[in-house]
Amino acid sequence: MTETTIVPVLLPFATAVVMILLGERRLGVQRALGVLSCGISLAIASAAVLRASSGDIEVYRLGDWPAPFGIALVLDRLAALMLALTAVVAAVAIAAALTATPAWDTRGRNFHPLFQLQLMGLNGAFLTADLFNLFVFFEVLLIASYCLLVHGRGGERVRAGFHYVVVNLAASSLFVIGIALLYGVTGTLNLAHLALRVRQVSAADAPLVQAAGLVLLVVFALKAAVFPLSLWLPRAYDAAPAPIAALFALMTKVGIYTIVRVHSAVFGLDAAFGTLALGSWLLGGAAATAIVGGLGAFAAQSLGTMTAYLTLISVGTSLIAVGMASNAGLSAALYYLVHSTLVLAGLFLLGERTAIQRGHDRFQRTTAVAQPALLGTLFVVGAVSVAGLPPLSGFVGKLAILQASAASPAVPAIWSLLLATGFLATIALARAGSALFWKTTGDRAPAARTSVAHLAPTIVVLGCGVALALFAAPVLRFTDAAAAQLTDRHAYTARILRETDRPAVRPFPPERPR
Amino acid sequence: MELLAAGAIGLLTACGVYLMLRGRTFPLVLGLTLLSYAANLFVLAMGRLAVGAPPIVTEAASGYADPLPQALVLTAIVIGLATTAFTISLALVLFATSGTDHVDGSLDLPRRNRAEHS
Repeated sequence: MTETTIVPVLLPFATAVVMILLGERRLGVQRALGVLSCGISLAIASAAVLRASSGDIEVYRLGDWPAPFGIALVLDRLAALMLALTAVVAAVAIAAALTATPAWDTRGRNFHPLFQLQLMGLNGAFLTADLFNLFVFFEVLLIASYCLLVHGRGGERVRAGFHYVVVNLAASSLFVIGIALLYGVTGTLNLAHLALRVRQVSAADAPLVQAAGLVLLVVFALKAAVFPLSLWLPRAYDAAPAPIAALFALMTKVGIYTIVRVHSAVFGLDAAFGTLALGSWLLGGAAATAIVGGLGAFAAQSLGTMTAYLTLISVGTSLIAVGMASNAGLSAALYYLVHSTLVLAGLFLLGERTAIQRGHDRFQRTTAVAQPALLGTLFVVGAVSVAGLPPLSGFVGKLAILQASAASPAVPAIWSLLLATGFLATIALARAGSALFWKTTGDRAPAARTSVAHLAPTIVVLGCGVALALFAAPVLRFTDAAAAQLTDRHAYTARILRETDRPAVRPFPPERPR
Repeated sequence: MELLAAGAIGLLTACGVYLMLRGRTFPLVLGLTLLSYAANLFVLAMGRLAVGAPPIVTEAASGYADPLPQALVLTAIVIGLATTAFTISLALVLFATSGTDHVDGSLDLPRRNRAEHS
């Protein structure tokens, strides 16, 4: 059944509409609906992963318009993986938002509808196979994220939020320009069709396609926070409410996902695409991001800022693997992407709990936390994972990337970069841990102890990271297959277009009847 | 007509980028709006400029006005309207919470300069 493909988009949308109609006064019902929707999404996403793991590509044509004329939603392995990741992070984030004291939905208006619309945008962006539809879903998830970022107000939050909004709006304009350029030259917006047509353009039009590819790369790099387009990230993530910051750990990954989907799968990162090797641009940007992230984490003065810079390291590391332009690299990048999203979400949540017990999350002498053993253990698990030390998931991810780099000409650079940023992160995290838990005034915090139920979301999401290390072999098999499916352009286009070649959507191309 | 369209898009982009680099929120919002106008015009131009041509292809038609970019532009305009409204309200909140319309929300200028800039 291909109708089930669209459910991850419709479910949060319908939930949000019902919530808005119910109004703020029935907060209890809104909460129940929100939790229910996240639970169902989790089940649907798990089912989607199972269906996709057979290797079949599910296509849902909206209005039954044949591709490329209508919009197609496509569920392949990569989309299923991202849906599952979104569902897990969303379930954890909403649980953390509700168990906070006071609950985050009482600190501002319309928390639950916005949260659901954010999920709709994320799921839609992962499913769509149409470039303009991707833009629309980007806008849906962005406008929800703008509101969630400034949720509960506060001067710093609004200030950081304003930069985030403006930078993303400028990127949206660029996105439209990139889409228009591609449409103008190739006459189509369907990703599968684009993959065919960008290889058929005349030599005179090739520079335009390359320009469009670079414009889109800038847009997606901004969403992914690739240096120098990453300057908005640390302040925004530090200022965001912790459950939202946990969800935002996924937002940068949307940028990485679109780079993989559009640049790796449609354009191709290798030099085969014209004379323009997008891969080398990507590698350079990714390397700079990882270095800036490492130095930023090293210099950070609070756990929130440090986690934001650790996000940058994870973006850089994932994109280095994508930039290798090989199936092994892509597979390693996907594994690392899943790992870093889960672990960083856990660190953002843990940061909030620690800050409540200590009074703040800055690395200054203050009262001791009430539960040093529990919080400390969780911190060590998160820190070891994110720094890439054995035996947790970060180590497996980095090892996969290092192995995949063997075929790349830039092996020495990649190895030294990954190991150096890992080293920087390790030192930074060691300093953070000792400052947070040992640099105390001696007296116990007056703050109440956090019950295990309130820490459950943090424990679950960090536990997912540990499980990712335990079940690394099946996950890596899945990402291997996802990477192979992604670069098999022939099967992808054949499945979506039903034919291997189609004329442009536009019946009169620039040179008239063809 | 191509020259006129290209000139208009270029001018709008230039003005938009200039205004976006200003330090106050109002010119910034204007700049964003101009940039989105430029992007919308560009989408329209990418469907090729055609005057008096039918948007639906018939056997007798000698030319053709591509309706798809027009549909895309409509979508982009609606989204642009919503985001602009949101940015303006956020700018107002920023002004209300920080007491300044500087994009960084802080009065880092010396008092003498601040009087000149306001």
